[in-house]
Amino acid sequence: MDLQGLTYLFVGTSFALYVGIAFLSRAGSTRDFYVASSRVHPVANGMATAADWMSAASFISMAGLIAFMGYGGSIFLMGWTGGYVILAMLLAPYLRKYGKFTVPEFIADRFYSNSARMVSVLCLIVCSITYVIGQMKGVGVAFSRFLEVEYEIGLLAGMGVVFVYAVMGGMKGITYTQIAQYCILILAYTIPAVFVSLSLTGNPIPQLGLGASMQGSDTYLLDKLDQIVRDLGFHEYTTDVRLSSLNMFAYTMSLMIGTAGLPHVIIRFFTVPKVRDARSSAGWALVFIAILYTTAPAVAGMARLNLAQTMEPAPGEHLLYEERPQWFRNWEKTGLLRFEDKNADGRIQYNADIQRNEMVKIDNDIMVLANPEIAGLPNWVIALVAAGGLAAALSTAAGLLLALAASVSHDLLKCMISPRITERQELWTSRAAMAAAISLAGYLGLDPPDFAAGTVALAFGLAASSIFPALMMGIFSKRVTQEGAVAGMIAGLSVTLLYVFQHKGIMFSASTSFLGPMPPNWFLGIEPNAFGVIGAMVNFAVAFGVSRFTPPPPDRICNLVEDIRIPVGTIERE
Amino acid sequence: MSGMTEQRARIYWRRNLALILRILAIWFVVSFGFGIVLVDVLNHVQIYGYKLGFWFAQQGSIYVFVALIFYYARRMAALDREFDVDGDEGP
Repeated sequence: MDLQGLTYLFVGTSFALYVGIAFLSRAGSTRDFYVASSRVHPVANGMATAADWMSAASFISMAGLIAFMGYGGSIFLMGWTGGYVILAMLLAPYLRKYGKFTVPEFIADRFYSNSARMVSVLCLIVCSITYVIGQMKGVGVAFSRFLEVEYEIGLLAGMGVVFVYAVMGGMKGITYTQIAQYCILILAYTIPAVFVSLSLTGNPIPQLGLGASMQGSDTYLLDKLDQIVRDLGFHEYTTDVRLSSLNMFAYTMSLMIGTAGLPHVIIRFFTVPKVRDARSSAGWALVFIAILYTTAPAVAGMARLNLAQTMEPAPGEHLLYEERPQWFRNWEKTGLLRFEDKNADGRIQYNADIQRNEMVKIDNDIMVLANPEIAGLPNWVIALVAAGGLAAALSTAAGLLLALAASVSHDLLKCMISPRITERQELWTSRAAMAAAISLAGYLGLDPPDFAAGTVALAFGLAASSIFPALMMGIFSKRVTQEGAVAGMIAGLSVTLLYVFQHKGIMFSASTSFLGPMPPNWFLGIEPNAFGVIGAMVNFAVAFGVSRFTPPPPDRICNLVEDIRIPVGTIERE
Repeated sequence: MSGMTEQRARIYWRRNLALILRILAIWFVVSFGFGIVLVDVLNHVQIYGYKLGFWFAQQGSIYVFVALIFYYARRMAALDREFDVDGDEGP
């Protein structure tokens, strides 16, 4: 079967599977809709969490980022996994014990304040919407690239599928479809990696292959890569620091606490039966995530090597443009790859010199998307990659949309505006909110605002500087008061937003950026995306400071904190 | 009926915190320590084709994270049993 036919087959089958699962997991109550009635097995929940977490960015873009950043790309590898240790020990068990439905609900109750609820709902909405636009874009792009369907139609198809299983099944339907999506995406990611590793080094395990020697030679792959990349004028792959150690430190820390503070990740731990399941489930989530994340460096390094060697098969010998391979031509058509013959010699000169470099565009995403073609793999593998990329985008989108819908129907409507609505009314409101959220996400995906590219960083910055500290203080301190918490959250997010906008423009329109993206202007050389941890420190400082001057939390709140610290039951008090 | 007194709850919490701090120390050392601050030093050690610092930053730290979480889960399950709060009457 030809490539397109196969792709339609794989993608269509996967979509049918998701809808089928949704039928079997219809939600019948608000408990079902918000937290799957807390009956998800920890291992299953781990797998669902892994799919929820790994978005189009993890699947498609991350390996590309690492391929061009080398060692510097470690910020993403450590930053996006280390946060799970924080979740497992510092957040998930206690929030599960608390046992309600949403993150803002905990913040509102712990800090006995509707202002706190409002601020956290606002952060949640901004975080989730910015994040979901990226996924919608990913869906549209995957359709247009692999299925040669127009971007808009692809987007609508994706939205349609999510609509069915998310509105029908809520968290229950989403959880089980995420498990199916995990299986598809992990196969789609690892199979090409295994083949490439085998062909380059003879070792089929990518994690080992990266550290092995090249097939038929004594040179280690990484040494060869380092040398090739150096010869082209780039920094050495294995030691290429991202700006500075301090910047890498801050970036990694920001990503870690940002991960732990993302609402759509946290709510995944409300679905397990017991507190101790929340702890082990985080472990399982990381196992499933790690399978992809430890394969990624191999995908990255090997793709970079393949790319460089294609352009320059032997030192000084440049590829004739006319003789470029088929995958090159295919991807040129999409605009992700562009060549300009600056010296009119008909050959491709690829190097780090901006003036002389003729490969003027090599999009990061190519590294994963074109990998199977570069490695000469059969069509069914390419079709699988398409289905896998879609699985990654849809699974994350669904999780985000649930966090959004739950917040609107539960935190805003039920808790603040109309507390007296019945269970059935709330359930239907949450379905309606879900439908509205999907439509909004689709609309924004159809016409992405200019700032779509930078916004995932914004989401992490908000989560790191506003939500994470609030949750930490809520659990580990009995002294932080409502005034302190609200002041802290606002301070943290303001500082972060200010820093990001002043360097990237208000809502990212470059003409309004005061200081411009100039590294010398950065605070201690820390780039805007890495600033979340500074915002968090500001949050903690302000919150503790203000708490000293305001009345301590009432006894029932202190009791609440003590009770969530034990996994079962309440404390016997005199 | 499993209910804790304030006294026992305080001890339980302190044991939890002590365990958390020990684990965070390892978490910190293996990622920020080996992967960032000490990466150049560790890169002098080569294991097959990997420079050790690079390996910790791109793979090793992740393996340690997984191990740490399961270690925490197991130790806490034991602690729960010791304090009689592992019963099935969760919320």
